[in-house]
Amino acid sequence: MTRLLAQNRAFAGACLLLALLWLTYNALHPRGFSAAVLVQNANESVAIGFVAMAQTVPVLMGGLDLSVGAVMTLTNCIASAVVSGSPAQIVLGMVLTLAAGTAFGLMNGLVVVYGRIQPIIATLATGAIAIGLALLIRPQPGGSIDDDLSWALTNQLVDFADTYGLAEGGKTWWFRPFAPLPVPLLLLVGTAFLAWIPFRRSITGRTVYAIGSAEGAAYMSGLPIARAKIAAFTLAGFFAACGGLYLAIQTSSGNADVTQAGAYTLNSIAAVVLGGTSLLGGIGGAIGSLVGALMLRVISFYFRILSVDPLLQPLIEGLVLLAAVSLGAVRTLRVRNRLELFR
Amino acid sequence: MQSEQPQVVLTGVSKHFGGVRALDNVDFACRRGTIHAVLGENGAGKSTLIKILAGVHRPDAGEVRLAGRPVAFANPAEATRAGIVCIFQELSLVPDLSVADNIAIADPPKRLGLIDRRAQNRRAERLLARIDCADIDPRDLVRDLSLSRRQMVEIAKAIGRAPSVLILDEATSALTARDVETVYALLADLKAEGVASIFISHRMHEVEALCDTLSVFRNGRHIETFARGARSPAEIVRLMIGRDVEAQFPPKPARPARPEPLLSVKGLRWENRLNGIDLAVGRGEIVGLGGLDGAGQKELLLALFGVLRGVEGTVRTGAATGIPSSPAAAKSGPARIALVPEDRKTEGLMLARPIADNLLAASFARVSRGPLIDETLARAAIDEALATLRIKIGSPSDPVATLSGGNQQKVVIAKWLMARPDLILLNDPTRGIDVGTKQELYRLMRELADAGKAILFYSTDYAELIGCCDRVSVLYDGTVVAELEGEALTEEALVAAALNIGAAA
Repeated sequence: MTRLLAQNRAFAGACLLLALLWLTYNALHPRGFSAAVLVQNANESVAIGFVAMAQTVPVLMGGLDLSVGAVMTLTNCIASAVVSGSPAQIVLGMVLTLAAGTAFGLMNGLVVVYGRIQPIIATLATGAIAIGLALLIRPQPGGSIDDDLSWALTNQLVDFADTYGLAEGGKTWWFRPFAPLPVPLLLLVGTAFLAWIPFRRSITGRTVYAIGSAEGAAYMSGLPIARAKIAAFTLAGFFAACGGLYLAIQTSSGNADVTQAGAYTLNSIAAVVLGGTSLLGGIGGAIGSLVGALMLRVISFYFRILSVDPLLQPLIEGLVLLAAVSLGAVRTLRVRNRLELFR
Repeated sequence: MQSEQPQVVLTGVSKHFGGVRALDNVDFACRRGTIHAVLGENGAGKSTLIKILAGVHRPDAGEVRLAGRPVAFANPAEATRAGIVCIFQELSLVPDLSVADNIAIADPPKRLGLIDRRAQNRRAERLLARIDCADIDPRDLVRDLSLSRRQMVEIAKAIGRAPSVLILDEATSALTARDVETVYALLADLKAEGVASIFISHRMHEVEALCDTLSVFRNGRHIETFARGARSPAEIVRLMIGRDVEAQFPPKPARPARPEPLLSVKGLRWENRLNGIDLAVGRGEIVGLGGLDGAGQKELLLALFGVLRGVEGTVRTGAATGIPSSPAAAKSGPARIALVPEDRKTEGLMLARPIADNLLAASFARVSRGPLIDETLARAAIDEALATLRIKIGSPSDPVATLSGGNQQKVVIAKWLMARPDLILLNDPTRGIDVGTKQELYRLMRELADAGKAILFYSTDYAELIGCCDRVSVLYDGTVVAELEGEALTEEALVAAALNIGAAA
């Protein structure tokens, strides 16, 4: 247990900070600790949560993916065109949306590995391509999403059960303890565990960590480096698509918003760092980034209840972010050979 | 004990890097159930040999056969699959993964398609127990282990891959005495199991104790292979040195007594790399640092230049006492210090920047008026530096990367001479440089010394140390084990001191 703590100090710190921020927020909120507030907050956190997890994978490898926000926007627009109609069509549309984002991530990986282009510049270019495609699909905001789906996925679990007539409309005895849980939070956490944990425990996932930690040692150990790099970007594309799909479901529309795409990308980097992942690679994980993303969101929720002047919000957000990431820089004080600081 | 067919056979293998011949038409064979030592000076071709076997390099010419079949490895993974496992000097461990992860890195036990951590931990425990390292917890991160523990993990990782050929490249250099015993026992076990071990070590007594067969390499050639005991240590040293073409060195001035030291170092310690170094360099003197690569020479120079943190011991440089707090402090103190670093491409030069900027990098203050660089002063300084060192360039605005290795090194040296240093630290400045430029550098060093500078000169080339230096301090394991001067400064004595085997010649 102490070992787990020592090896995940940054992650533990992030969790603690999030808990503190969230509890204080609810204590200050007039309707704090209510299911309604939780559902609303959860809804607003899903997209950034997914995009932060997307960013984590390339960052662990020592790279950066500047296209995650754009891929989210692209898949948001795709979803707004295909997720409606009969139940079968809806499911197909969702699969299509996720497949599109995953394929885009795969393309990123192929460009980086076989084009031998640095991730940051490769994804800057492909990000612009994604936005371009999104604008072709949705020159104006619009589209539609199946109403039942939209309602079921953005509320409490009991509403989900009610909509689709599961567990006798959510009234069976075994269902009741879970009834008030917000569906968006379950989706986020569920995807994180179903996609991330197996990835982390595969050779490919381990190779991603090894590349970020010591690429030379990874090569000398005979690890599949090219495969891992491609997989990292592919998984990033998948997570970004999850974010885009949810955004479409939440807003019942698609919007090729260039500014929003950029903001999501930058916030994803902030969330990754807040969650304890090193920008140099090798240390951290997607769950940490999820925590980091939730922290970013909770901080912005404060502005609502404290009625902070909107003009001051970026300034305060910046200061809070700076203070939080400074905690992670303490390690450089322990370096004995100053040349190592530059490696 | 020996089977008829050698496990590994190299025939006519050659390898070139740029213009440098690392291996030249080498024939080499290693049998099953033997421990085979490969000996040679720095740069003799040992590393290239094992890197070819391990799949890091591909030979330019010649053939490698494994158990009778010709093989050509594209990467280390293929070599490992074929049963050739290498324990490298620079460890191949991933610091941010756990010990168990590292030991089973490319081939972990799985359950339901996922890595089975528990089985992986058990496997790591079993392998660590085999090398008496039950004190290492498989769940610890490698980055939290000491260097000697990491080396044991590296060994556990290697034996976990069930090698038929095991290569140990200086694998015992950082180990404690107890661990060395364990590794000996392990190698004896593996030998009984029929594994062919190739053992590279600079510790002669280890080689004598452990190996059945010894091969000596020199200048990329395989000189001789013989059974243990067939040659005396002195003969082995002579084989390693051979007869080389002597380089031309400028004459050393006769000096009745040592000059007053400008730099004096007492009991210098840092981590476990420097273990109490005593040293003195006077104005007008060139003092050499001998010993094998990695005995602490690099760290000593970095410590004197203010790069390392937590250095203990007393240092006096002219009027100044203490170790400079940073390179910036070192070059601007009362006695100015310059360091020509080991790796000119990363630590010496900004490759993509113009030659002019590189030359000025250490002395912008001297060519500036207030906050601005004075172009006229700068140009004059650059012209002077280019003329002094006879650096052949097209234009000072060309990127420094366009120059040859020798001229690049001259730029690094010129950069530091512009800062008018009193003490010049040189870290193997002639590595990878053509003979003509080398001789220019030797002359320059002597001129600088005659002009009253103190020079501390580390070189991996013994001939250079003998030809250039007034005296040589030989380092072994972070301490000065010998100080050679005058008649006593011979190649035999240098090699013997570097191997710490006392009077061999």
